[in-house]
Amino acid sequence: MDQKIKHHLSDEILMAYAAGTLPEAFNLMVAAHVSLCDTCRAQLETFEALGGAVLEDAPGNDMALSDSAFAATMALIAGGPVDTPKSPRVVSDDVLPSPLCEYVGGGLASVKWKSIGMGVKQAILPTSKSATARLLSIPAGAAMPDHGHHGTEMTMVLQGAFIDDDEYFARGDVEVADSDLHHTPVADIHEDCICLAVTDAPLQFEGLLPKIAQRFARI
Amino acid sequence: MDISLQPSDGVKTPVPNKGVQISDRDTRRAPMTDETGKRMQWVTHLQRIRDEQDQKAFAELFSHFAPRVKGFLIRSGADATLAEECAQEVMATCWHKAHLFDPARASVATWIFTIARNRKIDVLRRERRPEPEDLGWGPEEDPAQADVLALQQESELLGKAIADLPAAQRDLIQKAYFGDLTHSEIAAETGLPLGTIKSRIRLALDRLRHAMK
Repeated sequence: MDQKIKHHLSDEILMAYAAGTLPEAFNLMVAAHVSLCDTCRAQLETFEALGGAVLEDAPGNDMALSDSAFAATMALIAGGPVDTPKSPRVVSDDVLPSPLCEYVGGGLASVKWKSIGMGVKQAILPTSKSATARLLSIPAGAAMPDHGHHGTEMTMVLQGAFIDDDEYFARGDVEVADSDLHHTPVADIHEDCICLAVTDAPLQFEGLLPKIAQRFARI
Repeated sequence: MDISLQPSDGVKTPVPNKGVQISDRDTRRAPMTDETGKRMQWVTHLQRIRDEQDQKAFAELFSHFAPRVKGFLIRSGADATLAEECAQEVMATCWHKAHLFDPARASVATWIFTIARNRKIDVLRRERRPEPEDLGWGPEEDPAQADVLALQQESELLGKAIADLPAAQRDLIQKAYFGDLTHSEIAAETGLPLGTIKSRIRLALDRLRHAMK
């Protein structure tokens, strides 16, 4: 467990994960970060406790069930577990915590990278369309691709590190960028930087390769 | 010398010792507040369901929680039929997964809330639900009663703290959990600026955190 994480998830996003109101890609970010961060895991469980308290105490939230509901539930129970048994969890590796392994379908070696130029690679993970999650690999010392997003983007380091505006982001650290933030993170020189990036606006990457190449040319 | 059991100074009503040394697993007689007693009772109910497939305990759990779960699902956007169906599935899951409940880490209400939330994401949103890596250990076979009691008492404090919040703040927290609204949607619904909402929620959370200390 990495205890050196300095840049955590916000209360707002942890609370939304606890409530179950985040888009899938952001749930993936929270699950991945919490896998690496005990501080945020404790905070998440606090927000789940808050959810439990709201469920328990909120006045007027209970809705009577039909008379046959109990018998129907006992019949469900007799039929065995409701949800299909999950396939055994893919074990995490040194870079990808298990929730990411599940989306990749294996460890780091199983990631289907696509080059997007200048040595930068990405792999879009299969989440619902309301938000996008992808893995990014940026060569050591190179700048992150400037991809112009409109919504909120969160980036978490999985391997290596990047520096942005004098702030250092290492494994487990999360940077949050709003649409109006112009930032130019640069991968640390020692190692290629692998990140999970999620955004709630459509990506402007695809089909824009020439434009991106242009931007790289300026670096 | 045992000074705790028999006060000789004429105290008529024995003050319940604050119950950290409960060795008896039957917590119905444990000395504690009524509210904590109720919470501990749900814990015992789940243990009975786990150990003895106790239908009577399950029936009580059902009549308390199933309507709350149904209400949660309706407020999250399910129609009455779907919410009823899901509430039954959630309760059936409680039966099947009773062995996974860790009373030293969550109240029964919290545990059921997370099951209901998960079902909501599976059914209402039809999405996969990424979960954090397991910590590598499940619930203890028989967690220390002191730990269980402490946790259940803390969840009682949390419940009280929510009840003591000003109505506006309580309402916002409930919306955040029940309404499936983003904070900006909450803003749209209440006509309040987003920043105010956020700081109200923060304030509510800070107060809760304070009350929990």
